[in-house]
Amino acid sequence: MRAVAVIGAGCTTFGEKWSSGFRELFVEAGALALEDAQLSGEKIDAMYIGNMSAGRFIEQEHIGALIADYAGLATHHIPSTRVEAACASGGLAFRQAVIAVASGMEDIVVAAGVEKMTDVEPGASTDTLTGAADREWEGFVGATFPGLYAMIAQDYMHRYPLTREQLAQVAVKNHYNGARNPIAQYQQEITIETVLKSTMVAEPLRLFDCSPITDGAAAVIVAPLDRAREFTDTPIKVLASAQASDTITLHDRRDISTLDATVAAGKKAFRLAKVTHKDIDMVEVHDCFSIAEICAIEDLGFCRKGEAGKFTADGETALGGKVPVNTSGGLKACGHPVGATGIKQVYEIVQQLRNDAGKRQIENARIGMTHNVGGTGATVAVHILGRV
Amino acid sequence: MIGTKCETCQKHFFPPRTFCPDCRRSGRIVSHKFAGFGTIVTYTVIHTANEQFEAFTPYVLAIVKLDEGPRMTAQIVCKPDEVKIGLRVKSVFRRIATDGESGIIHYGTKFVLAE
Amino acid sequence: MVGIITYGVYIPRYRITVEEIARVWRANAADISGGLGVFEKSVPDLDEDAATIAVEAARNALLRRSIDPEDIGAVYVGSESHPYAVKPTACTVGEAIGATPNMTAADYEFACKAGTAAIQTCMGLVKSGMIKYGLAIGSDVSQGAPSDPLEYTAAAGGAAFLIGRDDPIAVINHTCSFTTDTPDFWRREGQDYPRHGGRFTGEPGYFKHVEGASMLLFEQMGKNPKDYTYAVFHQPNAKFPQKVAKNLGFSPEQIKPGLVVPRLGNTYSGASPIGLAATLDIAKPGDTIFVCSFGSGAGSDAFDIQVTDAILQDKFRRDAAPTVEQLLKNPIYLDYARYAVHKGKIVMQL
Repeated sequence: MRAVAVIGAGCTTFGEKWSSGFRELFVEAGALALEDAQLSGEKIDAMYIGNMSAGRFIEQEHIGALIADYAGLATHHIPSTRVEAACASGGLAFRQAVIAVASGMEDIVVAAGVEKMTDVEPGASTDTLTGAADREWEGFVGATFPGLYAMIAQDYMHRYPLTREQLAQVAVKNHYNGARNPIAQYQQEITIETVLKSTMVAEPLRLFDCSPITDGAAAVIVAPLDRAREFTDTPIKVLASAQASDTITLHDRRDISTLDATVAAGKKAFRLAKVTHKDIDMVEVHDCFSIAEICAIEDLGFCRKGEAGKFTADGETALGGKVPVNTSGGLKACGHPVGATGIKQVYEIVQQLRNDAGKRQIENARIGMTHNVGGTGATVAVHILGRV
Repeated sequence: MIGTKCETCQKHFFPPRTFCPDCRRSGRIVSHKFAGFGTIVTYTVIHTANEQFEAFTPYVLAIVKLDEGPRMTAQIVCKPDEVKIGLRVKSVFRRIATDGESGIIHYGTKFVLAE
Repeated sequence: MVGIITYGVYIPRYRITVEEIARVWRANAADISGGLGVFEKSVPDLDEDAATIAVEAARNALLRRSIDPEDIGAVYVGSESHPYAVKPTACTVGEAIGATPNMTAADYEFACKAGTAAIQTCMGLVKSGMIKYGLAIGSDVSQGAPSDPLEYTAAAGGAAFLIGRDDPIAVINHTCSFTTDTPDFWRREGQDYPRHGGRFTGEPGYFKHVEGASMLLFEQMGKNPKDYTYAVFHQPNAKFPQKVAKNLGFSPEQIKPGLVVPRLGNTYSGASPIGLAATLDIAKPGDTIFVCSFGSGAGSDAFDIQVTDAILQDKFRRDAAPTVEQLLKNPIYLDYARYAVHKGKIVMQL
């Protein structure tokens, strides 16, 4: 098994990109990544593309081939594979790319993620996202995706001391970071009041507790560590790649307020990387809803169950805190083009570790972590990356 | 409510499973009729719904733990301010959704608060 | 002896008052309630229809007696608001109670007497030995056109009767019918609301057929009103059954337990069945019940029923399911706007 490094990364701006279609989004991100790696396209050996639902958003399947074609690589006949795990599609695509290089099967591999969500009516996009849950036994009976996370919030707040204000602080902190991230969908800071006054979506979650509908794409390029310096002066080593699954429905989980798949993948990642929590300089977690960030911080082990609310309110997850969480702005403020998020998380850690994170730079950033979740926790991918 | 039960480990499944997750191939699955009573484990009130359910908002969605053991997701037919974690509920037969004006009508299980 | 093995009722919890409907149409509520003898009517929930009501009524019937649903050989559902024009409500009910697949089924339509027609069919199948048990249901979420007089009374509800020969709680000694082709009230295929002939629905409609069937039953049984403890008539309002009872020679006390329309409205195919159920809710062994339904189009089914000892024995658990009185308790009142949403009277974007 070879050591793997990220040699290039690129990301489009995230938002409602009316003038960019699905293909344009990918090509833009891919080109940026190749530029970054000073790599010519024909050197690519394989591609893995995370995408949740092009079939419903743009009625297009066969994404691997489509992307390879529009990336100008059709005549090079490289293997190009679409990876799907709902909102964890990007994280899994990255892991597949890492495995391909680590195993020695491929050398230069692109891991990308792309989602075009604004070409359908709002009702259709929320219904499509319900496909991340169990359509038959959750969606069919009237559950919505926010509704499922709202039930997690309700259970959590019944058992642990989390206040409505502490929960809102997650979104406030992420908007603060997003305002310092040029690619983020939302550039404005908000207050707790903004969150508490916004429209109720599914009690207790309001509009500002929920990540938005977003278009965007991101791409990173991985290669064997011992070849990385052919392409970049700042290779970023993949210290660990871990993935776990759990029951698809929320009602079948062992504990509604704990994502066991996060716990499993997190533990495995720390073990593989041979690092501990205090070694992590920043972590991108999957805040599809504010409560998701609360659970993620605990389930990854950064604080005890029931304490993430206070941890957040005390500023420990802010840029200057003990464990900066979601320096990119998270899914909430940066945006959540579903399949692209997992790759964007890697992109953000790469920016941080290279000292390219501008106004949101964490000092002496050496090791970063990403946490990408599918559905209400049925799939989780955790990666740890480190400066070489 | 017809679900299943694994005779090998005595675990009940609703929604039904044809393969016991614990016993897997050594599990003996049979049909089981559930009594229809349970307790609310957690809930939410949905204000923004998917297309087929827009006409019903705000409505209560909950995870109910059936007396026989399994948990299921279902709507609770009650006023949003009546629902609480821990309340007893009983199953009723209701119209869940329709495939538009000319499509099939989906019937299924919801719950009402039990005295 | 063919009779009723068990029965069950379901009435939705929502109501709207005559006063509230009158407010919207700027009509005089007191005059309307005074004229019809009806004060409020039941309204289905957003997720209820004739099928869900039929299922709940059937399940309530089965709660009261230990019957193996696989012994039910026939299911007939009478309604004028079947959810599908083609695809029987009876199939949904059969599946929901576990009677499928070894059974026959069909849906009936005969305005307000479709439920009693189903009872007659089940009697025939049981008496001939073709089936062990037959389930007859009258269930409706009837529609009245906005501002039409029928809007004040068109209600939602249903009752289910399991017919058989093994130890009935009430024997049906005899049934007969009086049927003609009379256009007193109708609805064309595809139309949302029914139409009616106004005062023509009275004498040439209701009274002619109810009196016709009732007199036929008296003649065939050699009986008269004094031979019965109770009487149940179809109740489109409170006035008609009170008048026909008087015309035929029944007293107000005889029809009282079965007269639920003042607080329930007219549940169409459920009307006579629910009236009969309300009477069975308080009946004692030996009580005799005279029933005469009416369905526009037009026809009436009359029944001579005698309650047996079984109604008070352990095998029949009357308290295992709600009585009509219990179902009429704890109503939730709606204003006209919410009522219109519940009844699909608002044109939504599809």
